[in-house]
Amino acid sequence: MSGDPIYTEMIIEYSRNPSNFGKIADAHIHQHDANPLCGDTIDLYLNIEDNKISEIKFDGHGCAICMACSSVLTEMIKGKSLDDVKKFDKDELLSELGLQHLVKTSPVRIKCALLSLKSLKFGIYSYFVDKMKDSESAGNLNEEAANLY
Amino acid sequence: MQSTADAFEDLRKDFPVLNRRVRDNKKLVYFDNAATTQKPNQVIDAISDYYQNYNSNIHRAVHALAEESTEAFENTRDIVAKFLNIEDSREIIFVRGTTEGINLVAYAWGRDNVKEGDIIVTTEYEHHSNIVPWQLLTQEKKAQLKYIDIDDNGELMLDQLDDYLSTGKVKLVTFSHMSNVLGTISPVEKIVSKCKSAGVKVLIDAAQSVPHMKVNLNEIGCDFFVFSGHKMLGPTGVGVLWAKKEILEKMSPFLGGGDMIREVHKYETTWNDLPYKFEAGTPNIADVIGFAKAIEYLEKIGMDNIRNHELELTKYALEEMKKIPGLTLYGTKEPEKRGGVISFNFNDVHPHDVGTIIDKDGVAIRSGHHCAQVLMEKLNVAATNRASFYIYNTKEEIDVLIAALQNVAKVFKL
Ligand SMILES: Cc1ncc(COP(=O)(O)O)c(C=O)c1O
Repeated sequence: MSGDPIYTEMIIEYSRNPSNFGKIADAHIHQHDANPLCGDTIDLYLNIEDNKISEIKFDGHGCAICMACSSVLTEMIKGKSLDDVKKFDKDELLSELGLQHLVKTSPVRIKCALLSLKSLKFGIYSYFVDKMKDSESAGNLNEEAANLY
Repeated sequence: MQSTADAFEDLRKDFPVLNRRVRDNKKLVYFDNAATTQKPNQVIDAISDYYQNYNSNIHRAVHALAEESTEAFENTRDIVAKFLNIEDSREIIFVRGTTEGINLVAYAWGRDNVKEGDIIVTTEYEHHSNIVPWQLLTQEKKAQLKYIDIDDNGELMLDQLDDYLSTGKVKLVTFSHMSNVLGTISPVEKIVSKCKSAGVKVLIDAAQSVPHMKVNLNEIGCDFFVFSGHKMLGPTGVGVLWAKKEILEKMSPFLGGGDMIREVHKYETTWNDLPYKFEAGTPNIADVIGFAKAIEYLEKIGMDNIRNHELELTKYALEEMKKIPGLTLYGTKEPEKRGGVISFNFNDVHPHDVGTIIDKDGVAIRSGHHCAQVLMEKLNVAATNRASFYIYNTKEEIDVLIAALQNVAKVFKL
């Protein structure tokens, strides 16, 4: 194989042994999303304490890219403040796994890579809107999630 | 006299895209024919000839170009009729594809004929295009949608059809002639004869059958029959709906506009004759003309030869794939009961990953739910890999697929 690698050791390993995999009962945030192209689904569960992500898990069916990205995403944002999550950018996630090239090379597979981030942004957005009358605090998260790819 | 395999190999020169290299200078192995097939020069040239030499709207003007384009367009209708063994080419309606054909029937026939409490029967192995239009119709009419389930072999459980028919409420049975995922060929004669005895209308989604086998519509005896040109060497954007004249004449129109009218007054309109009543607006003239060349190309090879060629490839592929440990094959084990479509999963590797890895070797297959999520639910998988063959494919290409699959095993350390 040549070109930019996708199936690195790290990705295969995460796909075999995803981290933070599972459900949280009665989570503060539960966001479900699906990729209409392939039927893959993801469920993201978060608990929020002191405006920080105290707990996060994900569940679902996905390809190796989707599983690896979801694993790394949950690892990266656990313990972060909601403000940090609002600012969290897709490049941070992709570069962690060496997948930045997907943005250019594979408009199809990039959707697998970013499904969990999209759910996260939607989930946090809904949480803000529910929690605060002043929904402006949610900023452009909703739009950002919708335009992620 | 060439051997048959050589004769098929020889066709490849007619398909320019088969010469191209993909990814890392790999030869293209195109196994996504159930989604759409490649096009021979004969089709491509006919389309550019139309645009270069006689582009003109049809049916209305009296100038020379319009006469030529109208003749070429209408000639295709006759070619399609002959291909399907239909006597009256006015029963051939050009649509955009299978999806539009089914929607046309659901809208124009369904809304007039399906009432509250009635039943529409479909099957578990339908493409979304033969499910969603019926959901829309049955929801609107408070009618019911029922499914014929499949057994472990991927074949329809026809006892269930008997049960549905015995209620006396069934208005239409609609099913695919060949499953686009499992390749199962439906027992058409049995289904049609059961429905006819019960006085029930039958629609056949022939998107996956007409391209691959001889179909004689005069013998089948169904009421509606739909397929897409792009899955049989033709251009995208052309499909055919066939229905019996008596039915079409009674049906309300689908789209209103130009061409489908006889006379328009301020508040009422009378309909044009068949087939124009169902062909509103400027049709896809260029591609309909190109489609004629696709049919001529297939007829020259012979539909029975095509079926045999694909059967050979399918048998070979099934045998080679069975040797790969951890590979799950879906559908009937009897090659004669299936078309050249093979769905499979490889251990727990997600089909997207399989597809991406073998793409590096130039092998194009489909990974996903194949617009058949009802079937995916039944198989209890989110997705499958699907390799599907056509006239230009060879056993050597299947060997490339097998080697590429072994590479997947290496990457995933299976
Ligand atoms: C069995 C079946 N029915 C319907 C369709 C839809 O055809 P089209 O997309 O050409 O309308 C397809 C093709 O994907 C198919 O395989």
